[in-house]
Amino acid sequence: MQEENLKKRQFLSAQVDLSKFNRSHFEAATEDEKRQQDVMGESTTFLKDGMRRLRKNPLAMASIIVLLLIVLTIIVAPSFVPYSYSEIISVNGKRDKSAANLGPFEYSKAEQRYMKSTGEKLFPHILGTDSLSRDYFIRVIYGTRVSLSVGVVAAIMVLIIGLVYGSVAGYFGGRVDLIMMRIVDIIYSLPDMLIIILLSVVFNERLKPLIDKTILRVLGTNMISMFLVFGLLYWVSMARLIRGQILSIKNNEYVLAAKCIGTKNGRILRRHILPNCLSVIIITTALQVPSAIFTESYLSFLGLGVSAPLTSLGSLANDARAGMQSYPLRLVVPAVIICLIVLALNLLGDGLRDAFDSKLN
Amino acid sequence: MAKYIFKRVLLAIVSIIIVSAITFFVMNAIPGGPFNKEKATSAQAQKVLEERYNLDKPVPEQYVLYMNNLLHGDWGVSLHSGRDIWGEISSRFSVSARLGGMAAAVAIVLGLILGALAALTRNRLPDRAIVFFTTLGTAMPSFVLATLLLLVFCLKLKLVPVWSSSNPNYVLPIIALSVYPMAYITRLTKTSMLDALNQDYVRTAKAKGVPNWKVIFKHALRNALIPVITYVGPMVAYILTGSMVVENIFTIGGLGSSFVTSITNRDYTMIMATTIFLAILMVIANLLTDIAYKFVDPRITFD
Repeated sequence: MQEENLKKRQFLSAQVDLSKFNRSHFEAATEDEKRQQDVMGESTTFLKDGMRRLRKNPLAMASIIVLLLIVLTIIVAPSFVPYSYSEIISVNGKRDKSAANLGPFEYSKAEQRYMKSTGEKLFPHILGTDSLSRDYFIRVIYGTRVSLSVGVVAAIMVLIIGLVYGSVAGYFGGRVDLIMMRIVDIIYSLPDMLIIILLSVVFNERLKPLIDKTILRVLGTNMISMFLVFGLLYWVSMARLIRGQILSIKNNEYVLAAKCIGTKNGRILRRHILPNCLSVIIITTALQVPSAIFTESYLSFLGLGVSAPLTSLGSLANDARAGMQSYPLRLVVPAVIICLIVLALNLLGDGLRDAFDSKLN
Repeated sequence: MAKYIFKRVLLAIVSIIIVSAITFFVMNAIPGGPFNKEKATSAQAQKVLEERYNLDKPVPEQYVLYMNNLLHGDWGVSLHSGRDIWGEISSRFSVSARLGGMAAAVAIVLGLILGALAALTRNRLPDRAIVFFTTLGTAMPSFVLATLLLLVFCLKLKLVPVWSSSNPNYVLPIIALSVYPMAYITRLTKTSMLDALNQDYVRTAKAKGVPNWKVIFKHALRNALIPVITYVGPMVAYILTGSMVVENIFTIGGLGSSFVTSITNRDYTMIMATTIFLAILMVIANLLTDIAYKFVDPRITFD
């Protein structure tokens, strides 16, 4: 009897044809059946999923290990090497004139005499010393510190400026976008390296009196001028990229929904739009670091980099050019470290892109 | 099309004017003038000199004067050496252009060949080796490569003589300049070639019985060339800036190495002339690249 209650479908009706079913199809599921529907695997998030893919990429993992080793070394090494990057080696408080241009693990005559007379073992010069009798290992360590921090700080500056500029242009669109993007087009078409060289010369000279009495003096004018130059010129590609992302995201329904309930523009940008282009932003920032290190070493190599006695990998390589025939090690070491860092960062950036950018999968 | 080209040319002119203005004002903001040398000239001589080269006038007026002369084809004389700037630039540029042109040619030809090879032998040994070397190539700044080449081949092995203008040997500078763009072109060609090989028209051609080499060259490689064209503009910029250090290292008297010295000499007219000259080159390269790109690929719309 009950079966007949289920109506037969009308001809041409879009309704589900109930005649194929009987009551038993509509009974509540038993506990056993419910349990079958449980998802056995742990639910995964965007981040976890990406990390899983990243871990499967041997090149990216190797790069992470190399970078961690380098960072660990430059943090730890200064605490157990008893020399400083600007210190001229001295024995018993006297300047050691024989300590210039030592080979790796060599001791100068004065040091040998000192060790013989007191029996105390001095810390070896792992990479020898430079022509001004400074321990080269610690100089390389500080050079790496400077180069890496220039890269990271510059990337963060580019990120902040590009993010703000790009999201404003992309979100508001129309005339604002048009004008802002024309400015970007013009900056983009400038020959950046020429302007960078000019600006770094100017900033170098002009900033000196300004920062002489402030805490910024520690950094030196060259370093600050380099940051200014990066901040002024390198944000454009980041701004373009973020604008493009936002243009494609802002037409989604959830943005419209947020607008309908009266959410403010700033909140929509921060809560709804930016999180959705996060992966692209992170990847581009990661790839910005090696390019900043490239530029810094290039400028330092031209003699426009950090001011002495502070040093960077580029200026170490530049200084080593003078004596490269007799002391090739001093050229090779900073050169290899630059290549290693840039290589590892590039590979890591590629790995991040493969792991997190869903559009490429 | 005409509208697009017009718009791009306009943008190019605006950016050249902006570059010249930035350079001019920035350059004048560097303390010290061209006549402030260690050996002090008398105040009167300095004044005469400054009057002679319009340096006593306010900076904006100097700029207008300079641009006016430039538009009449007068690049002025070098404040440092007193030589005619245009003669200086054209003689130095002929050296740089030869070096840069050969480096660009090497980069494009080798990059295309290696990229196509890598795509055709995907995941096999040649591909692996090419990927390895291109990754290495993009991680090496040109100055590192240049100094290492100089050290190994010139000074240690003595295979190549040190550069001199009477006996120019361009091999090492060309390698130093072309490795990075070559690696980049290889990567670009490989990706676009892989993409092209998966297209329907390649399958159709193969199914028709077109010989393999013809499919590769006529159907796949030709379409794979399009993205490579976009890189030509940035490559010109890279080679021009790269030549500044490479020329410096190999002591080649080109335009790049003179730019750095003219800054340290505060040689205003030389700085201006070099910047404007290089900026025009780069802007033209970018302009031609963009227009060529639209010509080659009819699918791209003009807006």
